[in-house]
Amino acid sequence: MKSLENIQEQHKEEQLETNDAIIIVEDLEKSFASNHVLNGFNMKLFSGENLVIMGKSGSGKSVMIKCLIGLMKPDRGVINIMGKDIVHLDQSSLDELRADIGFLFQGSALYDSMTVRENLEFPLRRHRERFGKNIEVDHMVLEALESVGLAHTVDLMPGELSGGMQRRVALARTLIMKPKIIFYDEPTSGLDPITSKEIIVLMKKIQQQYKTSALIITHDVDCARVISDRMILLVDGVNYAEGTYQELIKVDDPKVKAFFK
Amino acid sequence: MMLSEKSIGSLISSFFKQIGALTFFAGHFFKEAIQPPYEFNELLKQCYSVGNRSLPLVSLTGFIIGLVLTLQTRPTLQEFGAVSWMPSMVGISIVREIGPVIIALICAGRVASGIGAELGSMRVTEQIDAMEVSGTNPFKFLVVTRITATTLMVPLLVIYGDVLALYGSFLVEHFKGDVSARLFFNQVFNALNFSDLIPAVIKSVFFGFAIGLVGCFKGYYCEKGTVGVGLAANTAVVMSSLLIFILDFIAVIISDIFYDL
Repeated sequence: MKSLENIQEQHKEEQLETNDAIIIVEDLEKSFASNHVLNGFNMKLFSGENLVIMGKSGSGKSVMIKCLIGLMKPDRGVINIMGKDIVHLDQSSLDELRADIGFLFQGSALYDSMTVRENLEFPLRRHRERFGKNIEVDHMVLEALESVGLAHTVDLMPGELSGGMQRRVALARTLIMKPKIIFYDEPTSGLDPITSKEIIVLMKKIQQQYKTSALIITHDVDCARVISDRMILLVDGVNYAEGTYQELIKVDDPKVKAFFK
Repeated sequence: MMLSEKSIGSLISSFFKQIGALTFFAGHFFKEAIQPPYEFNELLKQCYSVGNRSLPLVSLTGFIIGLVLTLQTRPTLQEFGAVSWMPSMVGISIVREIGPVIIALICAGRVASGIGAELGSMRVTEQIDAMEVSGTNPFKFLVVTRITATTLMVPLLVIYGDVLALYGSFLVEHFKGDVSARLFFNQVFNALNFSDLIPAVIKSVFFGFAIGLVGCFKGYYCEKGTVGVGLAANTAVVMSSLLIFILDFIAVIISDIFYDL
């Protein structure tokens, strides 16, 4: 069995050799009153990589991803996405940067007063000019829905779809902007094992088709095993362990082992 | 004893905190309302939702107010031989006071609770976050349009409710006192001045603003999951009804000063 320290050292050396990090997070801290959620979290996401952050409920995964997308302000630390400092970015520049980042919310977060078509058209309201003057919205909507296999649901309301279908429509909504990075917040939570598997396969397919990098937050070990190129285990708001799935399952550390039981 | 003093203290402190937060929210509304881009389509949709969907309730309530007020007052006026004053009395009381307050309270029950629940549910299901991530300002899209819609539509509903209340009153007078429509409405309009109509319309504008403001405030900052959504809807009705009475009191004092002048 490899020790945790050996794996960490090996990954640090690999990261030093690679300079194409598109997300750099350093010493991230976030507290809510006396509850210290993030206590100096660090990470790097490289171009074309699928990075999985695993942690127990309440370990600060969702807070971390919300800090990354600018929905929460961290108390301290650096968040650099594609060369831009998220923490000090003005609203307009932040909105521009967000167009390059897709975000799949835990509960899908589809607008339930709008049809599937309107849900997919919504992100284009602000960023229409990115796709030129002759933009064909209908074509873009159908293309995004086809890539998740749900073109036939275009005129349905979100309430008429199953949980798995809602998750796939939400994924189509992130894809319509052709993002460079996709953040997945618990992509398989609340879904049955078969639907979870379908979503994982779809995530893999999308990464190959759209050449995106992905940051996936999950506590689903199966999801992490299939999708991850690299994993970070988050414990008490800090990165406790880092490595590939195959490396981490061999680590002889009780806290790491607890994740894979 | 100490405990009750503490709880009274915390109640007062929470009341002033709410007032402060509501004032800040109103300030934010005015700032966002004057800055482009303007969400005209969403505003029209909200006007339709607030206005058209409140029509059946306002119609029924307005009509019944007129009927009941006339039926209840008639015997007393008959005792004093002053039945001929009925149209003037009903006209003034409905237009100046009863119409605006009752219709605004009906709207507080239907509209403020609806807005509170809708925005609250959007908050807890992360739809508001999804909107922000997609580059649309959710405050402008959801809050500014709803407050503007209630501010525009409540005065129109009040005028419509007043007309139906007067019609209800006329029906009672017609069947009980054999009064013609021409005589009834002549007396009503002879008794009414612009100094009765204008303050009533102005205070209806403030009532509409208060209903939208409180509904949006409670829903937009909803917490604690589905329990919070129910609480947001409930407190939106209570707080907006209370605000309607406070605003009415202020309006009566101000219009009294103008009458004296």
